[in-house]
Amino acid sequence: MRILQNIVKYALALFWLFVTGFPFAFIFLSSMKGMMEYFTTSVWALPQQFQFGNYVQVIQAGFHRYFINSLIVTIVAVFIVAMSASMAANVIARFKFKFGKWVYTLFLAGMMIPIHVTLIPVYNMTRHLGLYDSLAGLVGPYVAYSLPVSIFIFVGFIQDVPVELEEAALVDGANRYQIYWHVILPVIKPAISTVVIYNMVMLWNEFIYALVLLSSPSKWILTLGLWNFRGEYGIHFPLVMAGLVLSVLPLIIAYVFFHEQIIKGMTAGSVKG
Amino acid sequence: MNKLKQLLYSDKVAAIVFLAPALFFFGLYMIAPIPMSVYYSLHNWSGIGQRVYIGLRNWAELLKDPIFWLSFRNNLKLVVVSIGTQLPIALLLAVFLSSKKTRFASLFKTIYFIPLLFSSVAIGVMWLYIYDTNFGLVNSFLRYIGKFAWIRDWLGDPKTALYAVMMAINWRFIPFYMILFLAAIVAIPEELFEAAMIDGARGLQIFRHVTLPMLRPTIINAAVLSLVGALKFFDIIFAMTGGGPNHASELMATYMYKRSFKDFRMGYGSTVAVAIFLIAMVLSLAFLRLTRRSSKAD
Repeated sequence: MRILQNIVKYALALFWLFVTGFPFAFIFLSSMKGMMEYFTTSVWALPQQFQFGNYVQVIQAGFHRYFINSLIVTIVAVFIVAMSASMAANVIARFKFKFGKWVYTLFLAGMMIPIHVTLIPVYNMTRHLGLYDSLAGLVGPYVAYSLPVSIFIFVGFIQDVPVELEEAALVDGANRYQIYWHVILPVIKPAISTVVIYNMVMLWNEFIYALVLLSSPSKWILTLGLWNFRGEYGIHFPLVMAGLVLSVLPLIIAYVFFHEQIIKGMTAGSVKG
Repeated sequence: MNKLKQLLYSDKVAAIVFLAPALFFFGLYMIAPIPMSVYYSLHNWSGIGQRVYIGLRNWAELLKDPIFWLSFRNNLKLVVVSIGTQLPIALLLAVFLSSKKTRFASLFKTIYFIPLLFSSVAIGVMWLYIYDTNFGLVNSFLRYIGKFAWIRDWLGDPKTALYAVMMAINWRFIPFYMILFLAAIVAIPEELFEAAMIDGARGLQIFRHVTLPMLRPTIINAAVLSLVGALKFFDIIFAMTGGGPNHASELMATYMYKRSFKDFRMGYGSTVAVAIFLIAMVLSLAFLRLTRRSSKAD
């Protein structure tokens, strides 16, 4: 009975392993096939020889540009998010104003706002600011989009820091700015790394704002580049799959090193309903 | 000069300085757009030229727009499928991974997590190839096992398009809820399980009488997330079918995008956007009300 139970359990577990792992294996292996090879041999066959020609071609088609663009936008946005969210959280967690609670509620409610209701006004605003079709135009929406979860993570963390540290600094005559810079920021380092890494993953994968706010290929970020690449080369399956693998690769590497922070960010965003 | 310094260092001014950057970005890009969308929804507007005030005409049109209501029904189907399949499977996986008797739990967990690393575009593109009529995984598998009658253009057939896309959506979101449930299960105090064991409870009983009740708040949160997520869903469907064929997999959000950025009817697009916002808000508040009431009745 026990053994039977275990067999069923692990059979299901292996089935799910197959469901999640296999599509990626399929993409990865197919990305090394030649186009004719892909169409003439079985989908299930291994590549006749492992060749990286598709990868070279993808990069030559401009993927390095999209890659750099994604990197620039995410780094700038995440830097602004980490600074402004930790500053706001500092007030919410530590200052004794009713106003702070209000602001907090506003940010938390923001997690539930469907992005589409902001799309047209943001598009319009970006045009008027002269930021349409520029990487700078993405920063504002990306920061706003990332703020609620980030503030939530910081507030939770700061609330767990003993107040005595700051009180000692106050007695020494430090002002609020010095306390934030010299006391709060150093102790919330772990929260900063969670916020930075989690938001980088989320923004790396963002698509809607990029779709609406960018138009010329030299400005495309990776998701938009991949999307248009498929539109252009859709029939060349292995080539597009190589592009797909390249777009996911940075995140898989990030996951290997930072899975703890990524998971923390994902669960933090949903504790509050 | 000293007065100014004193003012700058006062708590009130410091609070404003600290809050200003976050409020600036959030106010400008998240909050202000909501009333702006409402305002645009009262206009006829191509996005670039003159805005013409037309009162509630867009709203009247929306109420009679068969495609909007078709997409609304599709969103409801997505809500039912999301809550009905993602949460139970995710819970099952989380229980499996959290059990101390599970071997290779961390290996399983690592691979189960993979879909969360894909952008929705990457998922969309990948599943397009999985469903490809001639060279896709699904059809070549069906050929292999000899079920030729089942072979079809999964995404091109109006009867299957929506459900085919839902499979991809499930693939993406089951790991997410799995991670949520796993974190919640790990947080349950060990003593509760031990006490249940001492009382003679085993496997399924422990799950029913300890794990499940303790997870109740997490499950409700997950259901709300899933509900709101399904009502505002966009990107994987957009990347796979664009809402087609012939609106068979249209969602409110893909419809909003098409009306606004393909047909350049920004006024009407805003109307659809505000409708999505209102529907998501009303349904999630109703859901929370309902679950609160039933937990009081317990």
